[in-house]
Amino acid sequence: MSAMKLTLHIWRQRHANDTGTFETHVVDANEHMSFLEMLDVLNQTLIEQKKEPVAFEHDCREGICGACSMVINGRPHGPLGGTTACQLHMRHFQNGDHIWVEPFRAKAFPVIRDLVVDRGSFDRIIQAGGFVSVNTGAAVDGNTIPIEKDLASQSMDAAACIGCGACVAACPNGSAMLFTAAKASHLGLLPQGEVENARRVQAMVHQHDKEGFGRCSNTYACEAECPKEISVSNIARLNRWYLKSSLTSNV
Amino acid sequence: MSLTGIFLILFLIVHMSGNLQLLADDGGRSFNIYAAFMSENPFIRVISIGLYASILLHAIQGIALALANRKAKGGKYAHGKVAGATWASKNMALLGILIFAFLCLHMADFWVKMRFTDTLTMVTYAGHDEAVQDIYSRVNVAFQELWLVAVYLIGVTALCIHLVHGFQSAFQTLGLTHKKYTPLINALGWIYSIAICAGFAIMPLYHYFPPSYPPTTNSASM
Repeated sequence: MSAMKLTLHIWRQRHANDTGTFETHVVDANEHMSFLEMLDVLNQTLIEQKKEPVAFEHDCREGICGACSMVINGRPHGPLGGTTACQLHMRHFQNGDHIWVEPFRAKAFPVIRDLVVDRGSFDRIIQAGGFVSVNTGAAVDGNTIPIEKDLASQSMDAAACIGCGACVAACPNGSAMLFTAAKASHLGLLPQGEVENARRVQAMVHQHDKEGFGRCSNTYACEAECPKEISVSNIARLNRWYLKSSLTSNV
Repeated sequence: MSLTGIFLILFLIVHMSGNLQLLADDGGRSFNIYAAFMSENPFIRVISIGLYASILLHAIQGIALALANRKAKGGKYAHGKVAGATWASKNMALLGILIFAFLCLHMADFWVKMRFTDTLTMVTYAGHDEAVQDIYSRVNVAFQELWLVAVYLIGVTALCIHLVHGFQSAFQTLGLTHKKYTPLINALGWIYSIAICAGFAIMPLYHYFPPSYPPTTNSASM
């Protein structure tokens, strides 16, 4: 196990209205640590020095919850494609590296503290229409509604979205179209979700705009930085559905 | 953006292919007759009003979009850059402003002179009844200026980069994507952008560096 000495330039911001600044720390790490474990080491040191630890979000630490929002060297979740920050290991860095760590930056994601941003805007997009209205009761038989395999796969691919917000962090426009499109596709492609598609698509897109996210200009940075590699073809699908529902539905 | 963009994409095909007549070795006959037809035909006149409206709408919408998006981004990252986004895709507004500035110069030089002034000489051609404005000579004289040729090449390069992103982006915005056809659209976008801009770039170059024979008699003294 080879030891690494890293210089971290890490964003410190006390609250939403604080201007914030980079703080430099030298951290002793090793190649087996995940990025978050390396931050744990930094925080332990800070606590021992009676200093305020760096606030960062984490939950599952296995790449499926989407909590670990941070930008590492200018890239959401760091330099490795298809990976969350918690699954990024220090072996992808070199001993002596300088690493810049900052919060996701977007108007609709205000910083709460240090690396923690408020992603409540995503919750409100889901509340606006990211659900299927099914009355509770006995579950229907699994094969009652036949679903074509290809559609099921496309829906499943979209459902891989963990709502981490890397798409917004990566987008030069601060747009959350990839997130919104993934959620709308995931539900709307299946027969159970298709029923309320027009209303859902309209409500989710309007909420997206209301939250202050930017408009999509098809830079495709979102797709490149998405830890779940969600395709921008979902955005095209959402555009198609939005256009169709705007022109033909009552909503 | 996408609808006006597609209209402008279609316009560029007509504009470029029609203007290739500037390369014809007939002293400007075919180009001048074509230019007269384009400025007099009522159908073309109606389309051209749509064209000016599209250019303005595309520009205004583009600037509004860029400003709103800049506000939504809320700051840049201190170090490094994100993957995936091409330079063109991130600088469409800048490229658009360059193209618009170029268009103003371009239209002041030819379109204004042809439509609103009497500075162009009238010429008649055998086999064509009416006298037409000699816009060909105006083009030929204009393209003897090295700075203007350079400006045209810059304008056309900006247009090419703008189109490379814009072409496929218009299809994506309208939701016209498909596993089978999207790679084709992307390839077509590249071919279209390069072909259109190469076609436009040849025109000033051809007049600045004329072939061994002089293209017109009145511009031989360069």
